[in-house]
Amino acid sequence: MSTKTDKIDRLAELTAAAETSAGAGLWVEAWRRLRASKMAVIGAVVIGVFVVVAIVGPWVAPYDPTAQLWRGEVFPNQNVFVGPRGENWLGLDHLGRDEFSRMLVGARQTLLVGVVATLLGFTVGALIGGVSGAALVLGGKVGQRIDTVVMRVIDIMLALPSLLLAVSVAAVLGQSLTTVMIAVGVVQIPVFARLLRGAMLAQGGADYVLAAQALGVRKRRIALGHVLPNSLSPVIVQGTLSLATAIIEAAALSYLGLGNPDAAVPEWGVMLAQAQRFFDSAPMLAVYPALGIIITALGFTLLGEAMREALDPKLRS
Amino acid sequence: MSLLELNGVKVHFPVKKGVLFDRTVGHVYAVDGVSLSVEAGQTYGLVGESGCGKTTLGRAILRLVDITDGEVVFDGTDLAKLPGEEMRRFRRRLQMVFQDPLGSLNPRQNIESILSEGMAAHGIGADQEERRERIREILARVGLPANALSRYPHEFSGGQRQRIGIARALVLEPDVIICDEPVSALDVSIQAQVINLLEELQEAMGLTYVVIAHDLAVVRHISDVVGVMYLGSLVEEAPSDTLYAEPRHPYTRALMSAVPVPDPEVEDNRERILLTGDLPSPANPPAGCRFHTRCPWKQDTLCATDRPELRDLGGGHRVACHWAEKIADGTIRPSANAATVVPPPAAEREEKETAAAS
Repeated sequence: MSTKTDKIDRLAELTAAAETSAGAGLWVEAWRRLRASKMAVIGAVVIGVFVVVAIVGPWVAPYDPTAQLWRGEVFPNQNVFVGPRGENWLGLDHLGRDEFSRMLVGARQTLLVGVVATLLGFTVGALIGGVSGAALVLGGKVGQRIDTVVMRVIDIMLALPSLLLAVSVAAVLGQSLTTVMIAVGVVQIPVFARLLRGAMLAQGGADYVLAAQALGVRKRRIALGHVLPNSLSPVIVQGTLSLATAIIEAAALSYLGLGNPDAAVPEWGVMLAQAQRFFDSAPMLAVYPALGIIITALGFTLLGEAMREALDPKLRS
Repeated sequence: MSLLELNGVKVHFPVKKGVLFDRTVGHVYAVDGVSLSVEAGQTYGLVGESGCGKTTLGRAILRLVDITDGEVVFDGTDLAKLPGEEMRRFRRRLQMVFQDPLGSLNPRQNIESILSEGMAAHGIGADQEERRERIREILARVGLPANALSRYPHEFSGGQRQRIGIARALVLEPDVIICDEPVSALDVSIQAQVINLLEELQEAMGLTYVVIAHDLAVVRHISDVVGVMYLGSLVEEAPSDTLYAEPRHPYTRALMSAVPVPDPEVEDNRERILLTGDLPSPANPPAGCRFHTRCPWKQDTLCATDRPELRDLGGGHRVACHWAEKIADGTIRPSANAATVVPPPAAEREEKETAAAS
């Protein structure tokens, strides 16, 4: 009998606890699910390492990444390269610079481009999409007009191949790191705009929006307090995934020679482009930056996918 | 004068086509000329099959959809013509309870926020503390625990969520509550609880209800007056008991004959009218009487050409049928090919059963 009473006591305890605890909001719950996901943890660790390297890289790099300290040992014309060795962990590049130091320092540029470009695309895109979506959902006939005009412009942007659009922007603005950021960011704008508008459109028809209208809540508050917060999840997920594409696109632009004009400053995309010429004799020089880009992009993708799952209301327990 | 009066309310949704500039290619006649009046303190039940426009009509009363034509006179004011901000202020007095209890609650708001939003919008209550006090009162009234305040909609059961929906309407102390299928998403056992709650609240707070439902039993139980809708307009309206005892419109008769009777003897032998065909598209409604395409009593004159108006047969029983009296006294019989099904005699049925058993 004692076990039975124990069980009852335990049950009472549990139900009491459940009754006193405050309710958990959707964000809180999503965060809990995210922490439980292996994919999210792996992605977060990869990103964490990448960010730490990007921040401290220049200080911990063993050598000056731009100094050609071992110029006398590398002769690209004669296919003489130096592979990994005690003092140079990843060997030397084609100009006799320490590849390991260049990788460490290059991480910062890559991260900077990825983050700034995505932030730009996210902010501008979400603003356009948000205005358009709010106008469509609550603005009546005038709002529909506004939405139509804005979305046609966005459609035109979407119709251009993203790399071509980035190349055009970079070509117009001239060659610099800022250009790369803007170019990659501009490419992301229509994606974010469409996504947020679409999500807002879907939420706009929801019963709770109708209910808020019936309550007499003001339109601005409906748009900002009801429609927008419920439309953000896909955009946040896209933001994480975009960091991966932004890094790859920035690398692609650098690879095409539209990046930082000072080629001596290490950046993974530039390093990849330069290594291409010597791929036959020193393939590892291309592999290191390529691996860096791939692993980082993978980290962001993993986290993004995990967030998509965590934020999906249909998967709620 | 009635508290709420609808005069020829029409809601037509334009059907649009076009790449850059939309052009209207037609209309969906969701609600097409409905006139009715609701007395203060009463419950008006609206029934009809899916797609007949009853939900749209409910939303039109609150101006949640644009009214194409007609008047919605509430307490002497025509809501259909009110400018936006004035309409917004009027919404305090006209509230709505939705069909989907979860979908009508914002998943990112806790209960306190959901319930205080309306008060904030209408400037009720000086500060949050005062509003919270009032919310607690209402929560107790609808039978929810006070600790519900900090919780979120997904943490409640279906019946509790609907209670939250009702509480949300109640905190504004409205005069009229439009209940759009208030119980159809709930279990039968919970349905009774919610309906009883609605009735208790009506008594205690002097509320006027417009209850939209497709469940005839629910409507009969709760309504004083019932209106039957078909394809965007009212076909019959009568005090609840009269309507259920003597339905006069062929469509209402068909509807009533679909309600099972909890007595096997009666159930086996009662008349059943099975309508043939589908509900016509509200984008292209039939001419004349909207129901003539499916009506077993259809006549060669009038039905296909003249649209019947609601006529008063006495005692507040209004019906939109040219032949209502003649159908009632048996002068007009249902046509031979119409699908009026009276079950076969018992002997024949037993034969079939033995055949099936062997």
